[in-house]
Amino acid sequence: MAHTARSGKVEDKPESTRTAEPGIDPITLAILAGRMEQIADEMDATLFRSAFNPIIAEAHDASHGIYHAETGETMVQGKNGLPIFVGVMAFAVKAVIDKAAESGGPRDGDVWIFNDAHIGGTHLSDMRLVRPYFRNGELFCWLASVGHWHDVGGAVPGNYNPAATEVFQEAVVLPPVKLMAEGELRTDILDIILRNTRLPQSAEGDVNGQLGALDLGIKRMDALLDEYGSDTVNEALAALSVRAETLLRREVEALPDGRWEAIDYLDNDGITDTPLPIKVALEVKGDQLSLDFTGCAPQVAGPINIALPTSIACVYVAIKHIFPSLPANAGVMKPIEITVPEHSLLSAEFPAPTGGYTETILRMIDVIFSAASQAAPDRVVANAYGTINALSIAGKKSNGQRWVMFSFYGGGHGGTPEGNGLNHGSAPISMATIPPVEILEAAYPVAFRQWALREGSAGAGKHRGGLGAVYEIEVLEENGAEGFFFGERGKFPPKGVAGGGDAAVNRFDYEQDDGWHQPPMTSKMRGIVLKQGQRVRLQSPGGGGYGPASERPASEVARDVALGYLSAEQADADYGNAWRGNAE
Amino acid sequence: MSLGSIIGVDVGGTFTDVFSLDLGTGETAVAKVPTTRPDQSGGFLDGIRAAQPDMARIRSLVHGTTAGTNALLERKGARTGVITTEGFRDVLEMRRRDRPRTWGLRGDFTPVVPRDLRMEVPERVLADGTVEQDVDLEAVREAAKALQAQGCEAVVVLFVNAYANPANEQAAVAALREVWHNPHVAASSEILPEIREFERFSTTALNGYLQPEVAGYLARLEAALKGGGFGGEFMIVQSNGGVMSVDTACKRPVRTALSGPSAGVIAAGYIAETAGYANLITGDMGGTSFDVSMIVDGETVVSPQTSIDFGMVVRTPMIEIATIGAGGGSIASVDAGGLLTIGPESAGSNPGPVAYGRGNTRPTVTDANIVLGRIDAARPLGKGLGTLDLEAAKVAIDEHVAKPLGLGVMEAAEAIIRVANSRMAGAIRLVSIERGHDPAKFAYMPFGGGGALHAGAMIDEVGIGRALIPRFPGVTSAMGCVIADMRQDFVQTVNTTLEALDLDSLADYMQTHFDEGQMGLETAGAEFAAREERFELDMAYLGQTHTVSVPISVKVEAGRVIAPTRESVREAFDTSYRALYGRLLKSGIRVLNLRSSVIGKRPKFDLSRLAPAADATVEAAERGTRPVFVRGAWEEARVVARLDLPVGARVDGPAVLEQPDATIFVEPWLTASVDSYGNILIEPKGEQA
Repeated sequence: MAHTARSGKVEDKPESTRTAEPGIDPITLAILAGRMEQIADEMDATLFRSAFNPIIAEAHDASHGIYHAETGETMVQGKNGLPIFVGVMAFAVKAVIDKAAESGGPRDGDVWIFNDAHIGGTHLSDMRLVRPYFRNGELFCWLASVGHWHDVGGAVPGNYNPAATEVFQEAVVLPPVKLMAEGELRTDILDIILRNTRLPQSAEGDVNGQLGALDLGIKRMDALLDEYGSDTVNEALAALSVRAETLLRREVEALPDGRWEAIDYLDNDGITDTPLPIKVALEVKGDQLSLDFTGCAPQVAGPINIALPTSIACVYVAIKHIFPSLPANAGVMKPIEITVPEHSLLSAEFPAPTGGYTETILRMIDVIFSAASQAAPDRVVANAYGTINALSIAGKKSNGQRWVMFSFYGGGHGGTPEGNGLNHGSAPISMATIPPVEILEAAYPVAFRQWALREGSAGAGKHRGGLGAVYEIEVLEENGAEGFFFGERGKFPPKGVAGGGDAAVNRFDYEQDDGWHQPPMTSKMRGIVLKQGQRVRLQSPGGGGYGPASERPASEVARDVALGYLSAEQADADYGNAWRGNAE
Repeated sequence: MSLGSIIGVDVGGTFTDVFSLDLGTGETAVAKVPTTRPDQSGGFLDGIRAAQPDMARIRSLVHGTTAGTNALLERKGARTGVITTEGFRDVLEMRRRDRPRTWGLRGDFTPVVPRDLRMEVPERVLADGTVEQDVDLEAVREAAKALQAQGCEAVVVLFVNAYANPANEQAAVAALREVWHNPHVAASSEILPEIREFERFSTTALNGYLQPEVAGYLARLEAALKGGGFGGEFMIVQSNGGVMSVDTACKRPVRTALSGPSAGVIAAGYIAETAGYANLITGDMGGTSFDVSMIVDGETVVSPQTSIDFGMVVRTPMIEIATIGAGGGSIASVDAGGLLTIGPESAGSNPGPVAYGRGNTRPTVTDANIVLGRIDAARPLGKGLGTLDLEAAKVAIDEHVAKPLGLGVMEAAEAIIRVANSRMAGAIRLVSIERGHDPAKFAYMPFGGGGALHAGAMIDEVGIGRALIPRFPGVTSAMGCVIADMRQDFVQTVNTTLEALDLDSLADYMQTHFDEGQMGLETAGAEFAAREERFELDMAYLGQTHTVSVPISVKVEAGRVIAPTRESVREAFDTSYRALYGRLLKSGIRVLNLRSSVIGKRPKFDLSRLAPAADATVEAAERGTRPVFVRGAWEEARVVARLDLPVGARVDGPAVLEQPDATIFVEPWLTASVDSYGNILIEPKGEQA
């Protein structure tokens, strides 16, 4: 059995009473398109400005949008939210629609809150608030806000527990419950939430910020409907969905018909050292696109499972990277048929842990790129570094104070049809930046001995990949420290496309009394005991290359050698020695 | 003896604008001449001669420049070398692990200093300021030799944690100055002693990269001015909206990165405040973009840093300007999904709109304004355009917008304007929300050549009460040069808890900043009506990474800074934090940076000097009528020579107010009136004060 989803996972979509014929005049449509996007953008801005928590305030790990009254489908979403949320929020809204139906439907002023990743996608750190918007006593649409909270309880601060085999070891699981009932805050619910986090002030700040964003959304919707009337806005929403669908159909139509496959592997789940295949068959038929993930690994014990909503959302992210001008509208998903095997890594069931979902969706994006590149070599970039590389070094100072330095590290982007890949970029699913060395060294007893580009890490190609990085960190604390590392791409390199070469694999080393070691699981390890003066070294992958290496001009290879992006020997091996005639 | 004149010169991408004020007679003059490239000094001098032929009569000359910005954007700075801590050669290239755009995973980055010009030397300072390893000066000299051999013109020293202890950087710079062949040597702790290595390194490297270029440009200007008999004060506008001496500009050229646009905001703020509006949103509509800034309670909103381009971060205080790609040259098109969109593609000013007849065939916002009769095709702004090709604009709109949408050409032109207005209004609302303000409480001031055409629409779209159009909207930035105060900003990272904050050493830093600032004012050769100093601390609760800027009230008695008390710092933090977030937390408090500003208030000129002549009459200003297309119909709009209107005059829409540097469109439901400073106030009919 497999899940087959169309237009999100709304399988038996009720025939909407409001899917009006798009007879709206084009001028009003163009204006309303901007106005509604603006409402979502303003909700984003409201939360970014008011959140306490830097993951939201600085890394913008949040998103807001407007969703269909009956189906929960995404109609409009903010431009500045985290990419992965753009596809996943519809599932959160649908979950609340179903929940509300159990108790006679939503009422004006209700707000639901939940983080259950198995019904809402992503992971338990993402808290979703969903609110119905009523117009003249009738449900008009839903507004939703999602943000990555600093801490939601569970075994480890920050909820990234590489040893988790159930969600219960990751965080407190909150199913959709009413935080507000007809405008009244349910303080009992809030008390439960705040009692289950290590950072109640941060959580309260986030709740207030998200409620504030929803309030603003309601105000702006009121103003919009006052000005244009609900019929016109409904027509615009229907027309925008048609437009989104049309845009993707036009893009797909321009591709040749055919079926292309790609397979890649995760190193392991951190519990058992077995490679886990992720496979896709991409088929283009006229203006229809289908993605079949049959052949992917079954659900696993470790926290790299993802729930079905996350898989669907991930397809959206990959497609939008290939066609960046597509809008954040469920209409985009209508021409796409997605098949995901049941009980698999990509449709894991409660209570399978999902904290490390990032690794799995990054690999899904990679295989979609690899398959799509065969269909449209001039449209698709090579694989990026493909891991979030979570590294934590923690310990206790002599005064007993606990410290945890936790960060995600970067790598290279894939070569593109237009040029070389970006050195040291952000993961395709995120726009978060890395903290500066000086901030980390000021806050934690460590010294970075290297913070540099990783030479030789890029995939060769007509347009080479971007370089990964080398981060070498020494423990300065006399009491020592403990490290944990959660990464991927330790065994299977990021791939090139259109004939481009693969990048270097991820490599993690740690120092002990008897010298340097690598983790038995290659890319995952916890409980690494480090003494004062001992170091860890993370060397992240570069991006895959684009196009055959033989087409790279000798002058550019020579320039890369002169800049030390790769050694002369590697240049000979990757490109032949013609570049030596151009050596500087 | 005559008092001479004061002149502001703003060199933009297309035009060099000059605003001149005769301090004796109060007469003003404006001039617009083409900007010369690549050397802007030609246009600069032409512009001055146009406004004031006798350079000996110029008492002060203030310059807003894009020389630095252009050198950065076009990567035309000097060959620059970096000497850095072992292990950190690639900080400039690695940035903060970001990417140019959210979607598409495309775009590469080339740092201004390539990898082979970035040399590592043994040295290390730890975060607490401990020197773990002294700098190897022999290695520094070797690196310098290698960089000189590679033809470097500037060199910068970028050491990790130098903000906490600059000793190694200072030693390296001292050694370098002995061997380097020119003065373009700087350390990161001199340019920006603030925590965060990428931002500090980037700012310092870009400063070095600009130094030879900007210093050379300013030297050429100074020489030419002296040759022309100029003997007055000469100052440069900084990105923070203040001016600095030429000497400072040569040492800190990176502070000119947003020199041009910031002067316009300064002028707008002064004009609005004089007219009685302390809360203002400005909109500068150029060829490719629309720039929005805010002035709140008479203060410009300043941001600590900006990116000139992807990965080119400059961390010096800048007037905050939000930009969207909707200018007069933005192209209107219908996408595959049938939606009308404006920009981000732009025809810019060259080839420019279809009607310019320079080869562009896709319709722009300006083309729509021409077709609708809001811009007079027979008499366009800007010299050298001749008449505009109205028919070509119509054909382009018909083909690219009207036919695909099934509209008539006039409807399509109006649709383009409405969508463009909606996008501009969106930018204004978003900027307001991001700063926590309700835009309805602000006045709106357009400037730049095209903004005034769309000012009335902002009243409808944003719900702003009124638009205020300055006397010379097209030369607002040049006027801002004349108005701006001299301002110097300083920063020092302290990074400690409030409990552990050493108030004496904080006062020492304040004293150093104060003394350096005063010295800057003394040596600038400029006049000041008053002096002012401001101190702020960047503070946060422990565990938070985003800081709040907290103004600290500090007494300075007889030139000595009196240290603030711990309690006063805590109270100031509470006040600022509560104002921003509405409540306080119980955590400990961290103090990250000290920021100081020393401001020399420049004598302000009396804006009523810009007022229309006392004998002006509405009748004399009338220029007949012309048909303008509004909301689906042609209406006969009054045409009025704006500068000839008397104080108190009222012109009901539909009307077109024309002047040499701008065209103002008054929609049928709006009315325009002239205030006592010569500004035009546009308000809904029946609501005017």
